[in-house]
Amino acid sequence: MKPNAQPDVTKAVEMRNITKTFGPVVANDRVCLTLEKGEILALLGENGSGKTTLMNMLSGIYLQDSGEILVCNRPVTIRSPKDAYALGIGMIHQHFKLVDVLTAAENIVLGLKGGHTVNRREINARVREIAGRYGFDIDPAKKIYNMSVSEKQTVEIIKALYRGADILILDEPTAVLTPQETTKLFAVLRMMKAHGKSIIIITHKLGEVMEISDRVAILRKGEYIATVRTAETTRQDLTEMMVGRRVKLEIDRPVCPRGDRKLHVTGLTCVSREGVTKLKDVALDAFGGEILGVAGVAGSGQKELCETITGLKPIQAGSILYRYTRGGATVEENIAGMSADKIAQRGISLAFVPEDRLGMGLVANMNIVDNVILRSYQENAGMLINRKKYRPVCENMIRELDIVTPGLSTPVRRLSGGNVQKVLLGREILSRPQVLICAYPVRGLDIVSSYRIYALLNAEKQKGNAVIFIGEDLDVLMDISDRILVLCGGQVSGVVDPRASTKEEIGLMMTRIGREKVGGIA
Amino acid sequence: MTHAHDPFVRVVKRTNIERSKVVLFRLTALVGALLAGALLVALLGYDPAQMYGDMVSGAIKGFIGVNKKGVLAFTNASQATIKIMTLLLVSALGLTMAFKMRFWNIGGEGQILVGAICSSYVAIQFGDTWPQWLILPAMFLAGCVGGGLYGLLPAIFKARWGTNETLFTLMLNYIALNFITYLQYQPSWQITGTSFPKIRDFADSTQLPGVLGVHIGWIIALLLAVLVYLYFAKTKQGYEITVVGESANTARYAGMNVTRIILRTMFISGAICGFAGFLQVSGADGTLTTDTAGGAGFTAITVAWLAGMNPLLMIVYSFFIAILERGSNRIQTTMGIPKSAADMLIGIILFFMLGVEFFINYRLVFRARHRKEEAAA
Repeated sequence: MKPNAQPDVTKAVEMRNITKTFGPVVANDRVCLTLEKGEILALLGENGSGKTTLMNMLSGIYLQDSGEILVCNRPVTIRSPKDAYALGIGMIHQHFKLVDVLTAAENIVLGLKGGHTVNRREINARVREIAGRYGFDIDPAKKIYNMSVSEKQTVEIIKALYRGADILILDEPTAVLTPQETTKLFAVLRMMKAHGKSIIIITHKLGEVMEISDRVAILRKGEYIATVRTAETTRQDLTEMMVGRRVKLEIDRPVCPRGDRKLHVTGLTCVSREGVTKLKDVALDAFGGEILGVAGVAGSGQKELCETITGLKPIQAGSILYRYTRGGATVEENIAGMSADKIAQRGISLAFVPEDRLGMGLVANMNIVDNVILRSYQENAGMLINRKKYRPVCENMIRELDIVTPGLSTPVRRLSGGNVQKVLLGREILSRPQVLICAYPVRGLDIVSSYRIYALLNAEKQKGNAVIFIGEDLDVLMDISDRILVLCGGQVSGVVDPRASTKEEIGLMMTRIGREKVGGIA
Repeated sequence: MTHAHDPFVRVVKRTNIERSKVVLFRLTALVGALLAGALLVALLGYDPAQMYGDMVSGAIKGFIGVNKKGVLAFTNASQATIKIMTLLLVSALGLTMAFKMRFWNIGGEGQILVGAICSSYVAIQFGDTWPQWLILPAMFLAGCVGGGLYGLLPAIFKARWGTNETLFTLMLNYIALNFITYLQYQPSWQITGTSFPKIRDFADSTQLPGVLGVHIGWIIALLLAVLVYLYFAKTKQGYEITVVGESANTARYAGMNVTRIILRTMFISGAICGFAGFLQVSGADGTLTTDTAGGAGFTAITVAWLAGMNPLLMIVYSFFIAILERGSNRIQTTMGIPKSAADMLIGIILFFMLGVEFFINYRLVFRARHRKEEAAA
C-alpha cells in the first residue's frame, strides 16, 4: 500500500521523546513508544495519564511540542487526520464521529476524494468485502441513528480500514460494549492482527489487557513508565506500574442487616419528548443497609431512572413511594409527579450524584463553597446567603475526603476528576440522605480515588441508608452490590444476587428480556 | 526535518497571568488606540493633538468647582458627561442582570424607551395637578414597571416556546422607538398650538432635584452599582441567577424553579433599564423624544462587557465611554470633524480596548521562537 515501506521494517510506529503541554499542564513528558508490525499493543494508564493525548498526536489531532514520530522508520510530521491516513494510521475515538442521518456506507466514504457522484453499489461491495475478511457483521445501507453502539463502533473501524489503515488505534473501545460484544470485538481484532495489521488499544481495564494484548506500554501522569510482554506480567505488577505503588484490588462488601424499604417504585414509565419510551413498567425496591447495583448497556434507561426518581423528568405512569421521617413520624409518600423543587420543599433529602458531574451536579465555574451550598442555600433565613457559615463545613469536608485543592475559592473545574467527584459526593452525603443514588460514580477516576468512593458508599450502607449504584463495569458491580438490577431497553430484565450468578448471565440479561430470573432473591 | 512543516504561528492559552501584566496590556492597548485614532485624524487632515485636547476639555474641563453663583457644582462641560454616564451606568447594570444569566438582552434601548414613555404618560396626565412628592414616585414606578414588563415579554416567550431572546429583544427596540414617533403626532402629547411633531415639555414638578448641578440620578446610579454588586455577591436571588446562567440543568437539579428565575430576573433587568428611561425624561431632558435613549441601550452592552460584568468596574467604564461620547460631540463643533469620523474614532478605541482581551487570554508562539524554546528545554 505504501510504496516507501520496506519489507524488512519491523517497527510500525516509533514515537521518541514526545512532549505535549496544555498551558501549565504537561500531558506528555518525553514519552517513548514503539509499535511493532502485526502486534496488539495495550496502552495502559489511569485517566489523565496522557494516553489519549499521545494517540491524538499519532492520528493528527494535535501536533507535539517536541519529539519525533517515525512511521516505518521514516520521520514524519502529522498535522491532520488526513496526514495520518496517508501514513496508514486510523483512530477510532471513544466518542464516535459519525453523521447520524447517513448510512454506514455513506459515513465510510465521507470526506474521501472522488467525483461528484457516489457509486453506492461499488462502495457497498467494498464494505462487505472488508467486513467478510475480518468477520464483521454490518449492513452498509443501515442509517446510523438506527444502530446500536456496537454497530456504530463497527462502522468506525471499517471506516479506518476502508481508508487503507494498517495501524489502528482504538480509544477505550470496550467502554460501551456488553461482555458478549467485547468478546466479538476481540475476535475481530485477532483476525486483523492475523492479516498483518498493527493495533494499539487504549484501556484502563486490566482484564482486557491480559486477554488481548501482546505487549503493554504503561503511562503514569504523562510519563512513560515501561513496556512489558503481557505473558511475562501479572495484574498486580501492572497496577503497581500504573498507580506507582501497591494497591489492594479487592472491593469490600461489608455484611449489614437489611433495613427498612426506603424506596418502592412500581410501574414507572417514561416517554421522551420525541415519543421514545425510555422506561417501561420499571419496578424496584431499595432497602436500608444495602447497595443495589444497576447494570445495563449504556442508554438502557439508567439516566431516566435516576432523573424520574429525583423529579427531574416527568413520568407517564407509575408510583414512587419514599419512606422518610417527618415530624417524628415515619411516613411513606408517593413522590411520583413531583418536580425536584417540590420534593426539596417537602424536606425529602434524596441524594443524587448525577452522571454529568460538571454539567448537572456542580457548577464548574463556582468554587467549593458555592457548590456545597447548591442544594441547601434555601435553608438560609431571609434574602441573604451567609457563606461564612459554610466555610468550616467545607474545610472539614476537604480534610475528611482528602480533596486536593489550592483553596476554598478555586473553581471546581480546576480540580482533577477524582476531586470533583469527592466534592459532589461529599456534598450529597452532607445532606444526610436516606437514599443515595449514584450514576457512574467512578467513571474516569483513577484507581485510588475509585476505592475511596467505594469506601464512602459502603459507609453510607453501614449507616443503614439505601444506596443505588448505577455502574458500567460489571466486575465492580458484582463485587460491591448486594443485589443487581439489570436493565435492558428501558425494562427490568431481572434482579440477581451477584454472589450466585456469573458475569455471562448478567451480560445475557443486558441484551434480552423475558428469560426467567437467574438466582434472584427479590 | 521534522520541523519543516511546523505551523507559522500557534495560539496558546494563557493561565494565571499576573495582574500587573494585565494592567500593562490594557494601558498598551489604550496607547495603541490613541495612536491609531491620531493616525486616522491626521489622514483626514486635522491636528491629532488639538483633537484629543478638545475632546478631554470638552468632556471634563474643570470637572468640579465653585461656579459664578458661589456654589460648588460640576462645570458645564462635565455636567453633560455625568448625565451620559448616569444613563450608561444604569442601563449597563440592568443588562448585567440578564447577562449574568446568559440571557442576551439586546433590548436595553427598547426597555429604556418604554420606561420613558410610561413615566412621560404620568407626567403629561398629572404633571399640572399633582404635587412633586407624588408625581415623581408615580413616574418612577411607572417607568420601572413599564420597562420591566417590556423585558418580561421576551422572557415569557423564551421560557414557554424557547424563542431566541437576542432577535426578540432587538426587534422590540424598534417597536418602542416607532411608538414614540406615533405619540409625537397625538394631540394629547404634542406641543400645543403647532403641527410640529414634538412632545411638549413637562411641568417643573416632574423634574428631579439637582445635586452639584446635575439631577440626583447620578448619585442613585452610583448607589445602584453597589446594590447590584451586593445582590450578586450576597443574596439568594443573585446566586440563583449565576447558577441558571452557568447551567440550567444544574439549577433544576438543585431544586430551583428555572422558569420563575428567568422571568423574575428579566423583569428586574427591564425595570432597571426602564428606571434609566425615567431618569432621562425627569432629569436630563424634561421631555420625551426619539433620542431619549440615544443608543445608550447598545453602548451599555459594551460597558457591561468591558467591565467583565463587575458592577463596580462599570462605574469606571461608563465614565470613560461618556467622556468619549461627549468629547466626540465636542470636536464636531470645535474642529468641524464630521460625525462619521468621530464615530470611527470611538469605534477604533473600543476595538483596541476589547481586542486586548484576546492577548490577555492567549499568547502567540511563532515558529522561530518555538524552536528556540524547544532547544532550551
